[in-house]
Amino acid sequence: MGKFSKKKGGELPPVSTASLPDIVFMLLFFFMVATVMRDTSLMIENRLPSADQIEKIEKDRSMFIYAGKPSAQYKNFGTEARLQINDKFASIENVQPAVQEARAGLRPELQDRLVVALKVDENTNAGLVSDVKQKLREINALKIMYITNVKKVE
Amino acid sequence: MAKRAAPEVNAGSMADIAFLLLIFFLVTTTVEKDKGILRSLPQIEPPSDDPVIIKQKNLFTVLLNKNDQLLVEEEQMQVKDLRKAAMEFLDNGGSTDASGNNCDYCQGAKDPSSSDHPDKAIITLQHDRETSYGKYIEVQNELVAAYNVLRNREAKRLYNTTFTKMLADKDDVYYQGDVDKLKERIDVIKKLFPLKLSEAEPKSN
Repeated sequence: MGKFSKKKGGELPPVSTASLPDIVFMLLFFFMVATVMRDTSLMIENRLPSADQIEKIEKDRSMFIYAGKPSAQYKNFGTEARLQINDKFASIENVQPAVQEARAGLRPELQDRLVVALKVDENTNAGLVSDVKQKLREINALKIMYITNVKKVE
Repeated sequence: MAKRAAPEVNAGSMADIAFLLLIFFLVTTTVEKDKGILRSLPQIEPPSDDPVIIKQKNLFTVLLNKNDQLLVEEEQMQVKDLRKAAMEFLDNGGSTDASGNNCDYCQGAKDPSSSDHPDKAIITLQHDRETSYGKYIEVQNELVAAYNVLRNREAKRLYNTTFTKMLADKDDVYYQGDVDKLKERIDVIKKLFPLKLSEAEPKSN
């Protein structure tokens, strides 16, 4: 009988929380590594086309130009495809100053190797893209990259 | 047997497990990197008096209309057949290049009505303003693929490697080998099949 009373009195030892910081740090590090920093928030729909003849982009010498239909929360801008540079909608006239600015911000030895990366929604009219390309030719920014998804080879 | 309070679990090794997992994720996670088709735009040429005359047989015309239909050399075609057609055109080698050399590495049909030499062969891609960008990239991809397949073939023949691998090695910091030699070889391959893919400005209507 004494045994039972002893059990009633003895409480479970508290769970050790000494390892909790480790777990938290582990998760923190994991998310730090796995998260891609998004430097611009997209205001347009951006479903990229797929291709398989692709190369990696070199982030240190590239700038991005986005294009596509304004997304649902920017409906008031209409349904016509628009350009987005950095964080705001841009018109075709804004392309050249933005590229010049991006070029000036690069390291000197990379300035003539600027790659303009075009992230364009696949349902956009190709005419808009060729307008952009024409503007880029005028300021001699000749290297472009059409950003695509990786197409799975059957 | 007497029941006792459970002894405290030793948490000393917890940190080790955490670090093990941390390192595992560090090694296996890849940061998503953008990829795409790298192309160079043509420079704006000052208007010259005498336009360069290119023989019709050295031109491979690809048209893409506003309904995303493909017209290759005046025949309608599906995108899946485009790569083969472009390769046949580039690899034809019917005649000589500008300095009179025969294309001795071409394995094509040597059809006199098709391109003379890979050095002279030009693919032009023309699209409509209302062509969808997705289709345009699809076509662009097939044309670049045609060049890459041929370049890979030549790299295989000359250096027993592939052009794609050579390019990858060039960017690899840990590449064990002579980088200058590699660059030289890449240039040789590029010269055998120079990428002459012109993009005319779109028709407006």
